[in-house]
Amino acid sequence: MTLPASSKSNQAERYAAAPQGNVTQTSHKHETKQNTPSPNATNTFEFRGGGTVLARVPYFVIGLYVLVAVLGPLLIDYDPVHTPLPDRLLAPGEQTTTGGIAWLGTDALGRDILAQIVYGARTSLSIGLATVLVACVVGVTIGIVAGYARGWLDAVLARIIDVLQAFPAILLAIVIAGVFARSVLVVVLALSVTAWISFARVTRGVALSVRERAWVDAARVMGVPVRSILGRHILPFTIGPVVALATLEFALVVLAEAGLSFLGIGLPTTAVSWGQTIANGQQYLETAWWISTLPGIALSLLIINIGILGDQLTARYGHRRRQN
Amino acid sequence: MIRMIARRLLIGVFVMWGAASVIFVIVRAAPGNPATVFLGPDASPEQIARLTESLGLNRPLYEQYFSYLGDVVRLDFGQSYRLGRPAMAAVLERLPATVDLTLTATAIAVVAGLILGLVAGSRPGSVVDRVVSAATIALQSFPTFWVGIMLILTFALGLRLLPSAGVGTPAHLVLPAVTLALPFTAIVARLTRSSVTESMREPYVQTARSKGLTERQVLIGHALRNSLIPVVTIVGLQMGALMGGAVIVENVFAWPGLGSLVVDSVANRDYAVVQAVTLLIAGIVMVLNIVADVLYTRLDPRIRTESRS
Repeated sequence: MTLPASSKSNQAERYAAAPQGNVTQTSHKHETKQNTPSPNATNTFEFRGGGTVLARVPYFVIGLYVLVAVLGPLLIDYDPVHTPLPDRLLAPGEQTTTGGIAWLGTDALGRDILAQIVYGARTSLSIGLATVLVACVVGVTIGIVAGYARGWLDAVLARIIDVLQAFPAILLAIVIAGVFARSVLVVVLALSVTAWISFARVTRGVALSVRERAWVDAARVMGVPVRSILGRHILPFTIGPVVALATLEFALVVLAEAGLSFLGIGLPTTAVSWGQTIANGQQYLETAWWISTLPGIALSLLIINIGILGDQLTARYGHRRRQN
Repeated sequence: MIRMIARRLLIGVFVMWGAASVIFVIVRAAPGNPATVFLGPDASPEQIARLTESLGLNRPLYEQYFSYLGDVVRLDFGQSYRLGRPAMAAVLERLPATVDLTLTATAIAVVAGLILGLVAGSRPGSVVDRVVSAATIALQSFPTFWVGIMLILTFALGLRLLPSAGVGTPAHLVLPAVTLALPFTAIVARLTRSSVTESMREPYVQTARSKGLTERQVLIGHALRNSLIPVVTIVGLQMGALMGGAVIVENVFAWPGLGSLVVDSVANRDYAVVQAVTLLIAGIVMVLNIVADVLYTRLDPRIRTESRS
């Protein structure tokens, strides 16, 4: 996507030169990335710029969102169909008719904004996770095979990517999610259609450079089946860049999902989503600023922290990519 | 040069064919018979059968595909059932609004991004640099539609300086264009900053300094000038994202361009218009990418010899 194709391969090269032991170690580190990092993480993790405490902030914030998404709905009741009209448009902190306090106010149908943010976190995170997972599996598989095989397979991949990138990603998602019946699955697929591309690109680059290394030649000569070469000798080298990319891609997917929900496309109307709440508030801006404002802050904070984390990981694993 | 352009155009034709096919697949895979959608819920079975016949929907799929490709080449996407006239005409009518919006946004993003990037890049590590860096991260993270609403809240409803939605006066253009421009400003600023800091270490900057130019002359005449090349490229490459952003922004501000048309048409299953808009946008993005590529090669003598694919 960016111009310096040469620097990309350099970075892949540099990565490829890392000893294999390091790879498994770092991949293990990332499995715990959404909880607070383990104490010995400081030994292997040096962040570029800033102190370690500041650099941990994204982990903490993202962990908090995960916690809210997982546990929040257990603690707070919310029913999108239940509309206590006497409580409509309460300002943050006002008391509801049932005696509770609407900490973040209510919307035009009397529904609690805090609850919508909590349930929206669950929607955003699960769709983001599912999409990145699908995109990652598809992209990495295609990228590794194309980079290893080269030739016509690689050329076909390049052309497919050209075609898919002819459309703005969000436009393709709007059309796909719009023409099919509303469902979470359709949204995940609509977002995955373009999200796999960057995974395929990065993995292909790594595969192209790793396939030339001595141990791959050795494996080939010894008659190791192609599938094992790909899985055991090439795949491990893609883990670092792929994790960094997955983080940034997650942020893009969550933003795109919020955009779709804002436009009223994709998710079932009963689903709770930040984008939808923001859209609902737009006509009440003058009287009830909190409906649109607060979920947007929740969304922005999450994206900023994922972005920072992604930049940290990218600085560590190479492959610069942070646009739109 | 000509060979490179020809090659790019050839790939472009291929890409448009691919794009048209993708749209064909999506629309055909969509549930529901287009004839039913076209005629509405009150249509009799005979009417539906007649329209299915005349639209060719009962022919084999490959035949439909080839006649569709023929239509695409002639830019004939059929009638919009909702607007009651040819889809392409309805789409072209909306085009100028989107062009206004995206051009203004691009201009804002390039000017503001260059200034911010230059200010930050000339003093790396300074307070200004850090503020700009933090601001660019935030600008790229905020959801566009939310930023638009916050701008409406502040400048239209709060300060009552600007209209909140619609078209008419140039003032109507300000909020949508700024909203659309913000993330791209951040991209341009980041890029300018890094290429300015890079070129400040180059020998030609040292030469410029040692021949007695002022710091300002060095910055603008030498460091910034060389940063313009990557900026041109990134602007070209970002055209797709810019059009995508426009789709969202137009819906926030009720801006009557392609973006609000496509969302309306998708929501109403007006497939003729959906096909026309998506392919038009794909075509525009593709042409602009080629233009950016050509400009890039023209601007930078160092890569004029090598042809990129």
